[in-house]
Amino acid sequence: MENFIEILLGLGDKLTAHIVLAASAIGLGIAVALPLAVWASRSRTVNRVALGFASLVQTIPALALLALFFPILLSLRSVFGEGLPTLGFLPALLALALYALLPILRNAVTAQANLDPGVLEAADGVGMTSWQKLRLVEAPLSAPFVMAGIRTASVWTIGAATLSTTIGQPSLGDPIFAGLQTQNWALVLAGCFASAALALVVDMLLGLIERGLAARKVRQWGGGMLAVALGILAALAFQFGDDWFGEEREDGDLGPIIIASKQFSEQYILAQLIGAQLEKAGYEVEYRDGLGSAVVHSAVASSNIDVSVDYTGTIWTNNLKRTDNPGREAMYETIRAWEAEENGVRVLGRLGFENAYAFAMRADRAAELGVTSLGDLVPAASDLTVGGDPEFFERPEWIAVRDAYGMEFGETRNFSPTFMYNALRSGEADVISAYTSDGRISADKLVVLEDPKEALPSYDAMLMLSPRVSNEAGIAEALEPLIGAINVEVMREANFAVDREGDGKLSPKDAAAKLAEKLGL
Amino acid sequence: MPKLQSRLSGWLNRICAAIPDPDMPPADTFPAAVTFDAASRLYGENSEVVAVGGVTCEIANGSFVALVGASGSGKSTLLKMVNTLVTPSGGRVLFDGEDVTSLNQSQLRRRVGYVFQGIGLFPHFSVGENIAIGPRLAGETLPQARIEELLTLVELEPEMAARMPDELSGGQRQRVGVARALAGDPELLLMDEPFGALDPITRDALGAKVRELHERLGLTTIMVTHDMAEALLLADRVLVMDAGEIQADCTPHALLKGEGGDIAQGLVSVPRQQAERLAAMEGKLT
Repeated sequence: MENFIEILLGLGDKLTAHIVLAASAIGLGIAVALPLAVWASRSRTVNRVALGFASLVQTIPALALLALFFPILLSLRSVFGEGLPTLGFLPALLALALYALLPILRNAVTAQANLDPGVLEAADGVGMTSWQKLRLVEAPLSAPFVMAGIRTASVWTIGAATLSTTIGQPSLGDPIFAGLQTQNWALVLAGCFASAALALVVDMLLGLIERGLAARKVRQWGGGMLAVALGILAALAFQFGDDWFGEEREDGDLGPIIIASKQFSEQYILAQLIGAQLEKAGYEVEYRDGLGSAVVHSAVASSNIDVSVDYTGTIWTNNLKRTDNPGREAMYETIRAWEAEENGVRVLGRLGFENAYAFAMRADRAAELGVTSLGDLVPAASDLTVGGDPEFFERPEWIAVRDAYGMEFGETRNFSPTFMYNALRSGEADVISAYTSDGRISADKLVVLEDPKEALPSYDAMLMLSPRVSNEAGIAEALEPLIGAINVEVMREANFAVDREGDGKLSPKDAAAKLAEKLGL
Repeated sequence: MPKLQSRLSGWLNRICAAIPDPDMPPADTFPAAVTFDAASRLYGENSEVVAVGGVTCEIANGSFVALVGASGSGKSTLLKMVNTLVTPSGGRVLFDGEDVTSLNQSQLRRRVGYVFQGIGLFPHFSVGENIAIGPRLAGETLPQARIEELLTLVELEPEMAARMPDELSGGQRQRVGVARALAGDPELLLMDEPFGALDPITRDALGAKVRELHERLGLTTIMVTHDMAEALLLADRVLVMDAGEIQADCTPHALLKGEGGDIAQGLVSVPRQQAERLAAMEGKLT
């Protein structure tokens, strides 16, 4: 509990970022929805098209909508130039604003359609122009209903904004995603609590405004609006205060070095290890934790992110679009050359361990079936259930294994990586697609099945530097000691310290510190 | 009950008393306030629905004209062509000699007071603000004294200016509606079933009040009603409409004498028979 409160109090910057993002998205949503609603009330076609579009957007899961803006913005770079950000605030803002559109639009249109026709006739009868009619009659009479729509949109947006973590926008989703990956439930709870509390407070304030508008009490709705405005201003001041009042950045100053991590423990630990090294060398660092895997590479190539750890097999299939397997060394060299040439990304070197896909079983189960390699598994497979992470059964690794061995499992199931191991333990899966650097392999005494046909490609962890910092000698120097220094046992140990439950569980930062100590840094 | 019966049975006498003197000067010595020149209004994709089919007639300055007819006879549509709430499909409507469609719409509507069954008081404005809306749209502020004067004119307490419309009774609201229509010193007052939603007693009182204001303010008034008795009692000229055409154009006196044709006489016979039946009942009782 003490831990929870401590975490909660440390969420200030995430909270302000969350408020700024959600408020901007709702603001943009209102700015688009209200004129559209007025237009829709005067044209049936616009009404149909606008409401249809907004409803369609609503059917797209928020997570997917956020992710979709990455390729959209990337393609828009041909119009707006390379400076257009594809990650972080902009795509999060656009996706959330689009999401906020429907409730505001629908309520505004409904409110206008339900206005007393007698009042509208009177407005015409006394000689109002259509602008006067909108301003003096339609807008004030619709206001409480429009406000109700804005209220719904705000609660949705505050909730959905937690998902913007996955596209590199800091928010209250950061502790939630980080906590889910590292099984730190206090962190998850703190993130959820903060986001829910924010939603409730906003809902209450907007409710006050809504009722004030309905009862035509200027003091009530005015006071509510003032409170909302002050809250947003405070968040803005907190977030950008340093930029406004702080020192001007000098020319040639790099500013903070931004370090990415994907959504699993190893990435959080390595990000902290890299960050500590850079800070020791005098650099200012920022973390973008919990990014979607597909997003990280493009973010580095576009210098939205400066340092990341990626894996040879991932780049090989996702970015080079290769399906062959030339062997570990050749794969690395090819990627290194390709990154330098195509993206200006510098592959500083390999850390020394692989985080490859491997098939793992419980030792007792493997012994019972007499299985030690993938080949042994083939005859028994039709009675077994295989568990994989959400993308595994779409990946070329699985296809390669399936085709090389003629593997056909009785059932395939998807689990989030954390729950995959639980499923193996509880018997809900017989075989899983484990990761070779995962601490739970040794902790759970799992058997990693051999791959005599070398169907599974290698996944060497590599340090990647964005074009922006690729020629910074200081950075390369600070990170050089990590190259080739981390073997798979050390990594597994650090990962397990974060993934485990109970005594000895460490935060990624502490695990990184322990790892650094072990490496003699 | 006796009170109501005697009130109704006195109708015929009152109608006769209200009829203008047949010796009054003919209408065409006044300049026409409103002229319908083959004005028509068609609806539907192929203009197959005729609401008003080419009406030609003049409304003299200072006259009180009732437009009477059954539902769907086109009387409301014809009225709304004057303040362009409905635009003519063909022909012209002249106000003070000018084609209404060529006038600035907002300015036209401020010169023409409009009262209708829906009343349409703005629920978010006080009574005073409702009355002052027309001048406010023209960029003027109606003085408080004038608002109170208008309220007094329609027999409401001046203190009512501060109330909200939902605190008033139906009759009070329609009085405010009349005051609002008069606030801009209109030359012409258009009324579309103005008393339709009111109870008979309120209706009778408000009708008499409007007729009195018509005289006092020197207005030209056009009133649409489906109630022939109301038309006969208030107007000095009755236009009977049916299927988009004017079927009869008579003084109340002439209508009561049996002129105007079958449709007009059909409408006149309703209140007449009611009054006769009531008189007969009263005769039996005494």
